[in-house]
Amino acid sequence: MIDPIEPPRRKNPLLRTRLPTAPPRARSRTSHGFTRAAAEGRFMLQRCQGCGTFTYPAREACPSCLSSALAFVDAPARGLLLAETTARVPSDVYFRERAPWRVGLVKMDCGPTIVAHLHADCIEGAAVRMSFQLDKSGQAVAFARPEGETPDMADDRQWREMTADPKFRRVLVTNGRSAIGREAALALKAAGTKMVFVGIAEPWRPFAGEELLRRQDGIELVTLDAADEKSVGDLAADIGGKVDILVNTTEYVRPGGLLDRKGTSIARDEIDQAYLGFINLAQAFGPIMRMRGADGINNSVAWVNILSVHALANWPAFGAYSASQAACLSLSHCLRAELRPGGIKLMNVFTGPVDTEWFQTVPQPKVAPRAVAQAVVAGLRDGLEEMYVGDVAEEIRQRLAANPKALERELDR
Amino acid sequence: MQGRALLELADAIASDAVRVIDLSFTLSPDFPVIVLPPEFGQAAPVRIQEISRYDARGPAWYWNNVTFGEHTGTHFDAPIHWFTGKDLANNAVDTMPAKDMIAPACVIDCSAQAAQDPDFVLTVPIVEAWEARHGRIPSRHWVLLRTDWSKKGWRDYSNLRDDGAHTPGPNPAVMRWLVEERGIIGFGTETIGTDAGQAGHFEPPYPAHHFLHGAGRYGLQCLCNLDQLPATGAIIVASPLKIKNGSGSPLRVIALVSST
Amino acid sequence: MTNSLRVPYDGIVMAAPVTIPYVRYSIESAQWWIGRALRALVTESGLKVSDIDGLCVSSFTMGTDSGIGLTQHFGLCVRWLDTIPLGGASAIAALRKAARAVQARDADIVACIAGDTNHVDSFRLTLENFSRFNQDAVYPYGAGGANSSFALIARNYMRSFGVTREDVGRIAVAQRANALRNPHALMKTPLSIEQYLAARPISDPIHLFDCVMPCAGAEAFLVMREDTAASLRLPAARLLSTIERHNAFADDPMQVRGGWAMDVGELYAMAGVKPDDLNIVQTYDDYPVISMMQFEDLGFCGKGEGAEFVRQHDLTIDGDLPHNTSGGQLSVGQAGAAGAYLGLVEGLRQVLGVAGPTQVRDASLGLASGFGMINYDRGLASGAAIFAGPSR
Repeated sequence: MIDPIEPPRRKNPLLRTRLPTAPPRARSRTSHGFTRAAAEGRFMLQRCQGCGTFTYPAREACPSCLSSALAFVDAPARGLLLAETTARVPSDVYFRERAPWRVGLVKMDCGPTIVAHLHADCIEGAAVRMSFQLDKSGQAVAFARPEGETPDMADDRQWREMTADPKFRRVLVTNGRSAIGREAALALKAAGTKMVFVGIAEPWRPFAGEELLRRQDGIELVTLDAADEKSVGDLAADIGGKVDILVNTTEYVRPGGLLDRKGTSIARDEIDQAYLGFINLAQAFGPIMRMRGADGINNSVAWVNILSVHALANWPAFGAYSASQAACLSLSHCLRAELRPGGIKLMNVFTGPVDTEWFQTVPQPKVAPRAVAQAVVAGLRDGLEEMYVGDVAEEIRQRLAANPKALERELDR
Repeated sequence: MQGRALLELADAIASDAVRVIDLSFTLSPDFPVIVLPPEFGQAAPVRIQEISRYDARGPAWYWNNVTFGEHTGTHFDAPIHWFTGKDLANNAVDTMPAKDMIAPACVIDCSAQAAQDPDFVLTVPIVEAWEARHGRIPSRHWVLLRTDWSKKGWRDYSNLRDDGAHTPGPNPAVMRWLVEERGIIGFGTETIGTDAGQAGHFEPPYPAHHFLHGAGRYGLQCLCNLDQLPATGAIIVASPLKIKNGSGSPLRVIALVSST
Repeated sequence: MTNSLRVPYDGIVMAAPVTIPYVRYSIESAQWWIGRALRALVTESGLKVSDIDGLCVSSFTMGTDSGIGLTQHFGLCVRWLDTIPLGGASAIAALRKAARAVQARDADIVACIAGDTNHVDSFRLTLENFSRFNQDAVYPYGAGGANSSFALIARNYMRSFGVTREDVGRIAVAQRANALRNPHALMKTPLSIEQYLAARPISDPIHLFDCVMPCAGAEAFLVMREDTAASLRLPAARLLSTIERHNAFADDPMQVRGGWAMDVGELYAMAGVKPDDLNIVQTYDDYPVISMMQFEDLGFCGKGEGAEFVRQHDLTIDGDLPHNTSGGQLSVGQAGAAGAYLGLVEGLRQVLGVAGPTQVRDASLGLASGFGMINYDRGLASGAAIFAGPSR
């Protein structure tokens, strides 16, 4: 039985803030097959391509037939909890602070036995549902949850260490002028946030949906022009210590590549808004978020970027935009590494063309802004690092893995 | 005699017998800018990026890189800015005669009317009524339209609605008349742009730009403190940055005003 | 009576049991502890250092050294050298290798040594670098050591066979009674079953007195031929049989038996004895529940009967089955890899009659077992040896 978490009380300003610590980080290279699985919310195991045996932990030769053809594949996630123990006095600092900590050994239906973190509702001898989650070191760990839903399941203490649930947390949505920003604010509020700050640049300019946002309890509009370092710094000075989740909804979409444009003024704006804006946000909010990674129930937990999937594969019709997104993607990897010591997850949400004005001439399928917003909430709840929203994004993900050259040629229509 | 007059001017400034009024807004990223249809090239927003501030980046000094478009904040329009002036001689900020940077101003107070109607339009009859009180507008003078618009909060200042901006400005007839019948050196406003917010619908569109620059005259916009100027007699100093082939620039506009 | 196919250990003996008394923390290096054990072997046996022509060493804290570095460090010139990283099974493994080397005359006098230091961070550093599977699939789960892995094994074993904590506690309590006679044991206060049961939990069902205390120390012995020992006038124990097995029963979903169960028949067949013939038993006691498992797997009782067996026997020095007579690792301390040697060296002392305060009367036939290397979810390495004193 889970005790539902209580809304956190106001922080005592006279007490030292507990600093983030992290579980053991070292992993073998092959073991990062699980990192990839956890990042995307998939349950994968190595399966011998020769004899079909599933095996765990990660290794270089099949223990049944010694074949080295061990591939990570999606695997059945059901298993049986054979034994559990509660570590009362762990020697590792991270776990010592969070003791008692419950782990168990699960026998998977598909064969291997897996040492896993346990959800409090897992019962010895009963079936469990396994997943790989990213822990506070950013590494994949096995996590067993009961097979069905149990009350207040997401409030499990150990599960919350693996996820970035918006419940009771305070979120900054950096750009509320866009439809995605607006929908994200509403979706996060519906997910139980304590407060959603919504950044608005150039408040002297009206925008669609402004009235709707202003009317909401639990949503507060703040002035934020991410590309203006002073604006970002001023906002961080005000609310930096209250941003538990930052959702970067910067949006600057213009058509065109290289030869169909003249001059660099639009490109300059693309870089200014998306790339330099990212840098300003990271420099202003990153350090305080990193420091607050262990700061209670509403500790800082996640940074989310909404990126075009064409950051991964340039779409010449929107070639300059794709390039600016690619630049932001690379920066996000840098930021992910720099936030990791604070236990902050960085999640990239890739979408194909969104159903908004600048993609107006692009045929369906396009992604509804609301779908992006809901994906953000789902990804935070599941503790993911990479999400692909909509058919186009998912297809591009698959085609990139299969043959990037074919994808490149076919995007050049 | 001119030499002594200049020294007397310096003494007068030092003693506040002549006051120096700053007619400029601070150049900063949060000041409203002109919003063009998104398909067109946009002016760069103002960016002030610290290089160092007595820190590891530069221990003993503070300095910034500043980015802005030529037509940002309190700024100057040169004739080359509009297609009607593109072929005139000395039509850019770096080639205009320096003497044009200092000139007297006539200040026409329409603040009451503008308070009632954001689409207030300056017309010939209104200017003639002003001339009846203050005398004929001399040639090579600035005409500054006082609306007290600069005192508004930024949202009301830009006053953007579904069909664009609604801010006061001159109609085509008065601009042609001021340029051709009165020989003004330039026209200045408190709003974003020398033209009214809805001037795109005038004929010709944007008549202030059209007629001023077509005749080699100048524009000033985003002025403030016009309410501190007398109707006549103020001397305007407006020297734009000497940008190579520049169409305009943000600048410091000051007015010299006699205390008596 | 032997029907083993393996070559008998005829004429192979062990001599000069050495223990360098343990301390909880030491600022010295492992090499210092090993060096002290080596010197004690030499002074005990009357040998010169140059007489030692074989070296086998085990240690977790030697840092960048393995056996070869020690040859120059200690001035040894050897014609047989091994470094054994099998944790608690290292002593049996060392004995087996040394015995065959001596038997084949590849070496005449082999020093088998294990020693470890214990700095304040030794335990943590050893864990972090223990094995790839532990790094990938155990350490990140907060166990911070073997405790949670063994807790899971213990939980499953106890649940499967209806074993209570009180059953398991008997083993620890008896060992503590033995330890009170051992001046070098680090645990010096009596332990009652009530205290055992009331002790604070570490990782359910493992509680405080189920755990060994990591410390610094060293253990060693010599392996040679019987005639060599005679010419040196060195009391020696004959090696009768050994077994060794790694990664046994991999298909058991959880470990309920160690490798000994695969080869236990051969252990007794090769020695020509039965479990009832043994005077002393030294099991590898990283946790008392594992000792209970060894009673089953080493032929003293059937699988699942360990609790009943322990209830029916007195495991103290004066009892009917003297077990871990120096107090075992649970009461003496675990000096890293020397923990593998503790039982074998004490067993040697017993059958040679030189155990002093912990001497079992008429001890002549002993068994020592080793177990170790909890890799991922089970102990992989196991081994055992049966040896006889001169009176047998």
